[in-house]
Amino acid sequence: MDQETIKEKLVSKFGDEVVQSAVAFRDQVAVTVPKDRILDVCRFLKEDPELLFDFLSFVGGVDWYPKEPRFEVVYQLYSLKHTHRFRIKANVEMAEDGLGHIDSVVPIWPTANWHERETSEMFGITFLNHPDPRKLLLPDPWNVYPLRKDFPLEGTEEDTPDLPRTAHAALDQPSE
Amino acid sequence: MGIERHLNDTVHVTNLEWFVNWARKSSMWPLGFGLACCALEMIATAVSRYDISRFGMEVFRPSPRQADLMIVAGTASKKMIPAIRRIYEQMAEPRWVIAMGACACTGGIYKNYAVVQGIDRHLPVDVYIPGCPPRPEALLDGIFQLHAKVMKEQSIKDPRSFPLKAAT
Repeated sequence: MDQETIKEKLVSKFGDEVVQSAVAFRDQVAVTVPKDRILDVCRFLKEDPELLFDFLSFVGGVDWYPKEPRFEVVYQLYSLKHTHRFRIKANVEMAEDGLGHIDSVVPIWPTANWHERETSEMFGITFLNHPDPRKLLLPDPWNVYPLRKDFPLEGTEEDTPDLPRTAHAALDQPSE
Repeated sequence: MGIERHLNDTVHVTNLEWFVNWARKSSMWPLGFGLACCALEMIATAVSRYDISRFGMEVFRPSPRQADLMIVAGTASKKMIPAIRRIYEQMAEPRWVIAMGACACTGGIYKNYAVVQGIDRHLPVDVYIPGCPPRPEALLDGIFQLHAKVMKEQSIKDPRSFPLKAAT
């Protein structure tokens, strides 16, 4: 199914207001949806028999600093049955607590778990109702978001210190 | 091995410190420890074309307890440091460290929040080998530099810290 048809199906299901913008580039359409509709849209895209986007390739973030709304969360979808792809985005503004907030899609695609954990630690976007909201790659004591545009690339001794010798306590346990 | 034939039942005199240093430098046991692309050059140094066994160190040990030379070959991320420290501490003394490549020496091209800006922030490095990655000849030369350094150590006077002899 081609990209425009997928977009039409979205509009006919949810109405015009669900497509905030649709950018076509090199035969690919990126549809921006309101962030509070992301769960509905994703569930429809996965479960509709003509779309059947059963595989979530990737979840990532974009920081558009200093533009508002500041963040964008991008979902790359693929259908193993129909072998077509689609991309949806959601704009996420920075809330007063310095974080973005958007619903987690883990209930729909379990594979989103680690993708959302990395997006969360790198951009400071909280995924609501995430089953395991720990950091994925960064050390737990760090409280900075390195892929934000206003983050100094080299970090600082205070924000991103070298880990102490005792950081991996599990290493000191005798192995089974 | 026929060495008795050359010794000819004679007595050979040397000083003990020289002899200990010579024994140490002539049979170093490197640790099989690669962090990034420099490890490939280290492997190339070990196999037949460059053949590190010509210099008494052909066996890369899989266990730090059997090794006395750590070649830090590659980029050390900050999350890796606790493991690297631990491996270093598990090595038996006397032990030496070679920082191989730009990343291990200074952080190299990775001047960012995730990479340690030089392994000498955490380990006492004996020899730095620049290059990205260094060629096997460069690694061999670094090992010769380390051999020369070992020969200057006061290994008898203070077996733990083995300070270098003053230049004469």
